[in-house]
Amino acid sequence: MNRFDYVRAGTVAEAVGAFGDGARFIAGGTNLIDLMKYEVEKPGRLIDITRLPLQGIEEHEGGLRLGALATNAKVAYDARVAERYPLLRNAILAGASAQLRNAATTGGNLLQRTRCYYFYDAGTPCNKREPGSGCPAIGGVNRIHAIFGASDQCIATHPSDMCIALAALEATVRVSGPDGERAIPFAEFHRLPGNAPEKDTTLKPGEIVVSVDLPERGFARNYTYLKLRDRLSYAFALVSVAAGLELDGDTITTARLALGGVAHKPWRNQEAEALLVGQPATRETFAKAADLIVAEAKPQSENGFKVELARRAIVRGLEQAAAGTPQSLSDKRIQ
Amino acid sequence: MATQISPASGTDRHVGSPRSRVDGPAKVTGLAKYAAEFTAEGLVHGYIVTSTIARGTVTAIDTAAARAVPGVVKVLTHDNRPDMSEDPKSYQDMVGPPGVPYRPLLDANVLFSGQPVAVVLAEDFETARYAASLVKVTYKAETPKTDIDALLGEAYEPPKKRDGIKPPPEPWGDADGAYAKAPIQLRQQYRMANEHHNPMEPHATTVVVEEGGTFTVYDKIQGVANTQQYLTGAFGLKPEQVRVLNPYLGGGFGGGLRPQFQAFLAMLAARDLNRSVRIVLTREQMWSFTYRAEAVQTVSLGADRDGTLQALRHDAVHGTSHYEDYQENIVNWSGTLYACDNVKLTYKLAKIDTATPGDMRAPGAVSGLFALESAMDELAQDLGKDPIELRLINYTDREPIEDKPFGSKALKACFTQGAERFGWAKRTPQPRSMREGRELVGWGVASGIWEALMMPSKVRAVLTGDGKLELGNSTGDIGTGTYTILTQIGADSLGLSMEDVTTKLGDTSLAEAPVAGGSWTAASSGTAAMKACREIAAQVFVLARQMDDSPLANADFERVVFTGGRIALADDPSRSVAITDAMKAGGFDRIEVVGEAGPDSDFAKEFECFTHQAVFVEVKVDEELGQVRVTRVVSAIAAGKILNPKTARSQIIGATVMGIGSALHEESMLDHRLGRFMNRNLGEYHVPAHADIHDLDVIFVDEEDKANPLGVKGVGEIGIVGTAAAIANAVHHATGKRVRDMPITVEKLL
Repeated sequence: MNRFDYVRAGTVAEAVGAFGDGARFIAGGTNLIDLMKYEVEKPGRLIDITRLPLQGIEEHEGGLRLGALATNAKVAYDARVAERYPLLRNAILAGASAQLRNAATTGGNLLQRTRCYYFYDAGTPCNKREPGSGCPAIGGVNRIHAIFGASDQCIATHPSDMCIALAALEATVRVSGPDGERAIPFAEFHRLPGNAPEKDTTLKPGEIVVSVDLPERGFARNYTYLKLRDRLSYAFALVSVAAGLELDGDTITTARLALGGVAHKPWRNQEAEALLVGQPATRETFAKAADLIVAEAKPQSENGFKVELARRAIVRGLEQAAAGTPQSLSDKRIQ
Repeated sequence: MATQISPASGTDRHVGSPRSRVDGPAKVTGLAKYAAEFTAEGLVHGYIVTSTIARGTVTAIDTAAARAVPGVVKVLTHDNRPDMSEDPKSYQDMVGPPGVPYRPLLDANVLFSGQPVAVVLAEDFETARYAASLVKVTYKAETPKTDIDALLGEAYEPPKKRDGIKPPPEPWGDADGAYAKAPIQLRQQYRMANEHHNPMEPHATTVVVEEGGTFTVYDKIQGVANTQQYLTGAFGLKPEQVRVLNPYLGGGFGGGLRPQFQAFLAMLAARDLNRSVRIVLTREQMWSFTYRAEAVQTVSLGADRDGTLQALRHDAVHGTSHYEDYQENIVNWSGTLYACDNVKLTYKLAKIDTATPGDMRAPGAVSGLFALESAMDELAQDLGKDPIELRLINYTDREPIEDKPFGSKALKACFTQGAERFGWAKRTPQPRSMREGRELVGWGVASGIWEALMMPSKVRAVLTGDGKLELGNSTGDIGTGTYTILTQIGADSLGLSMEDVTTKLGDTSLAEAPVAGGSWTAASSGTAAMKACREIAAQVFVLARQMDDSPLANADFERVVFTGGRIALADDPSRSVAITDAMKAGGFDRIEVVGEAGPDSDFAKEFECFTHQAVFVEVKVDEELGQVRVTRVVSAIAAGKILNPKTARSQIIGATVMGIGSALHEESMLDHRLGRFMNRNLGEYHVPAHADIHDLDVIFVDEEDKANPLGVKGVGEIGIVGTAAAIANAVHHATGKRVRDMPITVEKLL
């Protein structure tokens, strides 16, 4: 871990003003501190934003505004979230541990970095950690890596569970920076690696997340967050599915589907979502959507199984959502 | 009398009864101190810089930036280290394999990824860690070889055998000929992944510089005598100059049998600086030594149509390092477990560019029994026989390799009682024939076997005039419950309460004892403790009999009982003398006896000693998604006398969870181009989480054994041995898919 300056910001403007080359904002620190210990992040300055007045969860335009500093636990256990956005609650509770969720924040969750082994290992090359150094994950140990949207520079995946639900919910990320405030649609917040894998998001230097705004539509009746991993708890997703449906009888009227663990960002396919609309909520319909989605998968040397796993997980996730039987958080099983 | 702890009384109050750990309160309140928690005035903290290449040489190390950091005391590298012995013999430890032990900072050669190349010494840990990040190391890298599949052609029989590990026996009969003629043939390859130890406590050493050129060393080790031997050998010191302590261990499992490089480097630095030094490894650095290496195994079984084995071959190629020939017994179990007239067992090594592998709970048996017991399940399937029936058809009451009877072998009872508890009779034999909703249900079974060993051990017992007993030796309680069972034995031997008995372990100033490993500690230290206590009992009895008007005046030692702090006539308990009164009357304020125990060579001439297991597993597998749950395990264990059913059960439960990890989760993933394990953290190296564990049930089957007076065989390893095979067999029964390479991850079932 390197030495760094530490400043505590009292306001968003102060935090933004304190930003400069090599600076990092720190809130829960559940990812950043680890990365500093691994010498992946070497910030010259840490700007402590934990005192900023961004902890609240408020009603906003028919939806909810989640303050960037509301902890994952606070959001997950908020009665309004549980009632109106159970998909978000379930996704949060499918990740990390109680201790981590008590510290991790909404804004920080959006900015957590990939769990690619090579990214974490400062003793190996990594284009995301050191642009231009190479990507040994390609052709290396890559069973956890991306099957969608990767580049020849980077095949890392985005690790968050919460973000997969936020993508399905079409949340909006409100940010504040040197040029003022702006709102970023969730689908545009994270980016694909392309030729600049060091950039996980479309945030500009000095910009800070101030809130995540949930639209009114919450899919509280027909939803699921289905997370498949190497053990039943405390592991990152190999494939996860956030699904939200609205149904008229057996007919799907609205469909949202986002996948985790498979790409550099929460993966959505609006063509597949459109395909579901107007169709009966049957296994055949779901299989068509799943086939459409995985048709564009490009697996790596060790993760071909993810394509089939994703296809089957999509079908199961949609079945769970349609039946109103979301994946349980307490049953020691995938249902 | 063999199974009685206190022959004089004939009744045991504590031995054989469930008792909570005597060290439990200290552990859960944080009072128990571990190697990295001891401190000294002016302590210097070391942080190790490790190699990023697996093979090659260090061409330059630039430490200027690190040395310039305020608080850095020194940076040691191979270029500026103090003189050290180059003689490999100086570095031998008690359990090291043949070869040239790794000598940290000896020279510029890099033998494995993660090898120490520098140690930054600073006034505090954070400064050392920061400065370590500034050390620039330049390498000349060579292409590493870590893929055992590419090295199978170069595999060799180790020319020098590892102490304590029996090489494969001479073949008997004609295994290949009999296999060729057998009506039923099965030949398959099995493999299991590299697994690394992940105890909660990382390796750590604190070297305290004392007066007069002596050192007190706190080292994470399963037996302090080994660290003492290693450090005195490496640094040319005398045993009296190095006292080593390790009263508590945060998980051993074999990972703490050999002293590791942080112990050497801490001593090197302490002597160089003449200051006390502590070095703690990071979690990541725990992937730089001692691991269960990948083994590629082929099992060939030839059988009659009735299931009688006609031929058995078990061939294994096992990974080792370039500098040591680490060896395990992987294949001999196949010769011991079943009767067969034509047997050939081979064991070869392949050198890969990693650190030397090492012992990991039931080393060799976990790998070997996974292969053998998977193959037996496949054979049962081919024959249309119940897998238990097949095992009973080929059951043997004589150990075939040595051609001697077993001292005891209650494996049949393990099958009977385990099957009953599990409900095995309700199993439908066809794969995919049992189902619950979306899940396929599978029931599998496997045998386990482990050696019942004893090692020469001493225990010093001291009874003081206040009626308190202290027991002690240098072995470690590696979390198994040694403190507790020795306390139980001491209490019963002298009729004291457990509160009146104190056990001290893990200190070279105590009586000599070996490392705690191989499941031998309960039998070895336990017997030594019993002998010491019984000798004290005899001496106190003499004092009691000599008292004026002694109620025991004419009594015979064989006719008295020790109970409630008193010596009483067995036939007339009203006639008794308090131990404290006897000592006072005799003018003794302490009686000290050193008890010794070791293998009974007469017994060993006649009998072979093993523990056994029959383990039953239920899995439920989501048919579509390939998600496996181990929903029930019944592990029936025959391990002689169980000294403490509570701590023994914990051993089996823990071993079962570890077996579930082996079967489903654990895998250290090598990048063969880099020669580097890549998932070096607990987030990505998966062990079972609580959510993965369901009902675990343990049966201890009665078994009388006479290898030692306690009748104890040891329970530390046996619980893991057959567990992975039983899980793989259950997965096959559920899904019809035979997975022959562990762990059984989702891609193998889709």
